[in-house]
Amino acid sequence: MSRTMRILASLVVIAIVAVALGVFIIRGPGPLDFAGGTKVALADYRAGKPTGVPARLEKANLVERGEYLAKAADCMVCHTSPGGKDYSGGLGFKLPFGTLYSTNITPDKETGIGNYSDQDFLDAVQRGKRHDGARLYPAMPYTSYTYMSDEDVLAVKAYLFSLPAVRAKPPENTLSFPFNQRWAMMFWSAVFNPDTRFAPDTSKSPEWNRGAYLAEALAHCGECHTPRNLGFALDNRKKFAGAITAGWQAFNISSDKATGLGNWRDEDLIAYLSLGHAPGHGAASGPMGEAVDHSFSQFAPEDVRSIVAYLRSVPPVPSPDLPATTAPVAPASHKDGVTADAHGKKVFASACASCHGWSGESPVSPMATLTGTWTVNDPAATNVAQIVLSGTKRHTPDGALSMPAFGSAYTDDEIAAVANYVTARFGTKGSKLTAKDVAELREQTAD
Amino acid sequence: MFTDKNLPNVSRRALLTGGLATGFLLAFHLPLRAAANEPEQKDTTDGRFAPNAFIRIDETGRTVLMMPQVEMGQGVYTSIAMILAEELDADWAKVEVQHAPPNDKLYANPVFGLQATGGSTSIRAWWKPLRAAGASARAMLVQAAAAQWQVDPASCTASKGEVVHAASSRKIGYGELALAAQGQTPPKDVAVKDPKDFVIIGQPLKRLDTPDKVNGKVVYGIDAILPNMKIAVIANCPVFGGKVGKVDDTGAMKVAGVRKIVVLEDTVAVIGDHTWAAQKGLEALKIEWNEGPNAKISTKDIWQDLRAASEKDGAIAKSVGDIAKGLASGDRFEASFELPFLAHASMEPINATVHVRPDACEIWTGTQIMTRVQAEAAKAAGVPVDKVIVNQHLLGGGFGRKLEPDMVVAAVKIAKQVDYPVKVIWTREEDIQHDVYRPVYRDQVTATLVDGKVSAWKYKIAGSAVIARWLPPAFQKGIDIDAVDAAADMPYDFPNFQVEYVRAEPPAVPTGFWRGVGPNNNVFAFECAMDELARKAGKDPVEFRRAHLTKNPRALAVLNLVAEKSGWGERLPPRVGRGVCVQPSFASYLATVVEAEIDDIGEIVLRRITSVIDTGIAVNPDTVKAQIEGGLIFGLTAALYGEITIDKGRVQQSNFHDYRMMRINETPKIEVIVVKSGEAPGGIGEAGVNAGPPALRNAIYAATGVALRRLPIDRKLLAAGRKA
Amino acid sequence: MATVLTINGETKSFDAPPEMPLLWVLRDILGMTGTKFGCGIAQCGACTVHVDGKAVRSCVLPVSAVANRAVTTIEHVGGTPSGAKVQKAWLDAEVIQCGYCQSGQIMSAAALLVSTPNPDDADIDAAMAGNICRCGTYVRIREAIKQAANGRQS
Repeated sequence: MSRTMRILASLVVIAIVAVALGVFIIRGPGPLDFAGGTKVALADYRAGKPTGVPARLEKANLVERGEYLAKAADCMVCHTSPGGKDYSGGLGFKLPFGTLYSTNITPDKETGIGNYSDQDFLDAVQRGKRHDGARLYPAMPYTSYTYMSDEDVLAVKAYLFSLPAVRAKPPENTLSFPFNQRWAMMFWSAVFNPDTRFAPDTSKSPEWNRGAYLAEALAHCGECHTPRNLGFALDNRKKFAGAITAGWQAFNISSDKATGLGNWRDEDLIAYLSLGHAPGHGAASGPMGEAVDHSFSQFAPEDVRSIVAYLRSVPPVPSPDLPATTAPVAPASHKDGVTADAHGKKVFASACASCHGWSGESPVSPMATLTGTWTVNDPAATNVAQIVLSGTKRHTPDGALSMPAFGSAYTDDEIAAVANYVTARFGTKGSKLTAKDVAELREQTAD
Repeated sequence: MFTDKNLPNVSRRALLTGGLATGFLLAFHLPLRAAANEPEQKDTTDGRFAPNAFIRIDETGRTVLMMPQVEMGQGVYTSIAMILAEELDADWAKVEVQHAPPNDKLYANPVFGLQATGGSTSIRAWWKPLRAAGASARAMLVQAAAAQWQVDPASCTASKGEVVHAASSRKIGYGELALAAQGQTPPKDVAVKDPKDFVIIGQPLKRLDTPDKVNGKVVYGIDAILPNMKIAVIANCPVFGGKVGKVDDTGAMKVAGVRKIVVLEDTVAVIGDHTWAAQKGLEALKIEWNEGPNAKISTKDIWQDLRAASEKDGAIAKSVGDIAKGLASGDRFEASFELPFLAHASMEPINATVHVRPDACEIWTGTQIMTRVQAEAAKAAGVPVDKVIVNQHLLGGGFGRKLEPDMVVAAVKIAKQVDYPVKVIWTREEDIQHDVYRPVYRDQVTATLVDGKVSAWKYKIAGSAVIARWLPPAFQKGIDIDAVDAAADMPYDFPNFQVEYVRAEPPAVPTGFWRGVGPNNNVFAFECAMDELARKAGKDPVEFRRAHLTKNPRALAVLNLVAEKSGWGERLPPRVGRGVCVQPSFASYLATVVEAEIDDIGEIVLRRITSVIDTGIAVNPDTVKAQIEGGLIFGLTAALYGEITIDKGRVQQSNFHDYRMMRINETPKIEVIVVKSGEAPGGIGEAGVNAGPPALRNAIYAATGVALRRLPIDRKLLAAGRKA
Repeated sequence: MATVLTINGETKSFDAPPEMPLLWVLRDILGMTGTKFGCGIAQCGACTVHVDGKAVRSCVLPVSAVANRAVTTIEHVGGTPSGAKVQKAWLDAEVIQCGYCQSGQIMSAAALLVSTPNPDDADIDAAMAGNICRCGTYVRIREAIKQAANGRQS
């Protein structure tokens, strides 16, 4: 071996070690590593059945079971465009480097997944590998779905194949170089997709295991609520500590008492997941609103309870940006209390006060009460601005309650002003949004 | 015998000379359809005095005046009643008003030859005929009293509902005379009062329609309640011209209270026990639409087409001097002004209640076109016109939307499917998305300045010809007389002047009259252009206008007064400006100054508005003021926020969150001065609407130097130091 | 299952789904049409009623939320001292044009005078900005509220 070759070889070795170390550091712990108990293969777990469907559907046919699981995995929200047919794809995800469109997952042979074999479907859902071998972008949360059992994935497939085939070709992605190089996702996947099925933890209760399976493999909570690392993968060192996703703040759902869910009562969590609203905590909006409508609200009660049990076990990670306590009710008179932005006050008086009241306690519905919500107590005001821009709609057993989208008729300046006014009046600390910030939020919101 | 012979036909000609801007209208005679529902015939046994189509006096003296024009907030019931009562010398305290039934023969608006309320014509059109009707009735009452007293009618006078014979100190009330007066022959030529003798006209009398509007008693069309009535909520195809494809009503029929689903060609209606059930039913309905060929249209493309069309030569609507020669020399100015589609958004959402019975069709609604509604309903119901009963209601705003019969026709088609009365209510979303829109307009001004004055002005208007659809006989030689109305009647004196019109119809988007009508685009364009020309000439905007108003004393007078009252020329803080607008529209002269502040982020704060109006004789000066105040807000709302946009064949706005309205916390002090005048009355319902946008735009121009040429105002262009 | 409400001091019993907005109960079930439908999304204020004396938009208020609470509508607001003052001032100042929004305007103004007997411009803005008037009667509304507060007559 020549000297040059030796130098080269050692450089390669150093590079490999560096990359491996880098991968180790950047990959960090897995989503369930925090629990620390003994993991066993699913087949060897006897204490309960964490996978599959709840008891009431145990006897149901494959398609019905698949439907429950597809809803639990919330496939539809991302695979349906506004005004489009269910599961026919075409929803745009605006990313800094272009727009990515979801695919048609109806059984249409040309534009959907009609030609997928079971193995093709498993490869796509668990490994991010398309029928033609191309790699999926991780906007498809296959690093979470990889924990689903084969049986459950195939039940979902059976459900999707029972739907009417819709001929619909999503628009071409508009990603810029180098992000348009799908093959590169192979490396990302190799590093970040554990490609492993859910392994129950024998040190935990069956309820916890069911909750862990639902939250991690199906509901993929971490995809929004866990911050991402440099490689755009979940950083489970800060598991569930909150993150900005698609322009919305997904709040801290770790068990931190001040800024997470530590102080929520079980019934509040259950109400929030199943109805999208908990007294004193506000209403789910944006992507979480959709998750409630299409997914959590369809869960069997025992499954919701399992998720709550699981969430309780996630270690506390404080969110330093959020206040330790939320602000109390604001004064009833517009004249008392913090008077911040005069522009904001004007917009609030015109468009907001009728439903939200000057005190923040809604005269029309507890769902419209601002007092006590993280949304108005977040000094970044991200979600306040987003809800004002794009509105929100909550479905409940008693019908829908919605807030219209003010984005098209109000300027960025007005929306920044009203967000700053709302956070100052009803939260602990007024935000300092600018028109530019609002313009950026508009950009980030999925179309 | 019911007669309208006291309504002289000359009134139409008189109207024209009275200054109706759109003189063309007189050029045709519209064949009047035979009266459908004869209004109550004279019945000599009931002791009532019914000398003509407008006046009914019973033996108690109760005086009921039949209203040929509809009340939609403009105060016309009170003003029309005042005109009649003045000449009748009625006791105002005993006056009541009633909607006239649909009958073009008796109640056609003399301007349109149709029983329509619009275009600020009510007072102008009816001024002469109603004065004559009142005077004739008074003369008959006087004759009856004179006959009873056996004195010369000329020795009697009338006042406050009584005939007086001063010489014998006798008086007798109109009620007591009713029966006898009915037997009198109407006089051939009856003199109307000298305006100096007016006791009712010119007084700021309280409106007759408002007491029931403070306590919830007033019944608008949407408030109609009938035995066994059900309520329908509708979905029109979201794409213009699209049709209903498949409807799956499984879910909808499961909603408690839902009675029936009616599928029309382009509309689906859910009928329920109450609005809520119908709404829930509609939400549960799965409708597939055949969107048709218009699913691709967008305002972006429409604008592109309009801009291209406006480059073509237009039909010449007016020509003075030699435009080519005038434009060949001098300091040249060119600009184009663009106005968006607008929805009417009257506060009362579109509605109509219909009961189709085997032998008749009965309608409860508030419309601006009673006879047209009756005729269209007859066609839709398949019954003769005289079997259509139209129960007219007060309108919760009209603004031109209710000059269309579409909502009634749809309601008839729905009601035909059931045997009970159906109230069809449009949600606000349907109201905004299925309006008949104020057209997009592009007005091009090319002008030259010589010695600081306009030497030539070529004015080309491109846009939809609403007249061609709404009143086809009035569309002649390729010119929409409404779209060029205020352009042809510009107040300024230019030696070389030409107005052209290019008809450019947007694909599939229905366009119609919108409060302010044609002058909407004209006044905005010419008043913006005047300000830019003034700046080019180095002149103050008011001074520059004065120099061109030497032949227009009424316009000059209102301009001078508004300059004085608004403090024109007084110093203002930075980023605060005053803008002026002068216009003769609807035969009224209005000058307006808006004072506005544009703050650092481009937000507009209206500080003060001053308007001076010369509307000739102001029948009710308080109503004139109210109409200018409200008109200004209506116009400023459009200037600040109004724009309907279309994408994929659908209107993108839907309700007040995205089709925004000015509110009380944006409203400045408004001072309106009504000039005393002896001229015939002009129109006042729309003038204020057209004054707001150019005056505000010119205030912004003064405050920031930004010359906006498009509405609504793009506030992003106005922020200090921020790049647009 | 009958719902029982106290409206304008009277007990009313009727069948309605609990989520049905009070507006439609008033208009379509009880035949009280003074309260108006304008937008259905609490953006215009035409449907304003009083619940326990406070102005509330009835188009988004589920009827279940007002059981055991006192509802006052435009038909009866003249029976309250502030409502009577507001109605009179409205006529004295000749506020009204088409009148469709005015039920709501009057209800909002009457509630304002209860909480703030002498409102200044800022109070009027805060209480009235949620009520749209398409005819643009805002200048007179402001004037009439001040007249009603002062008991001044025109």
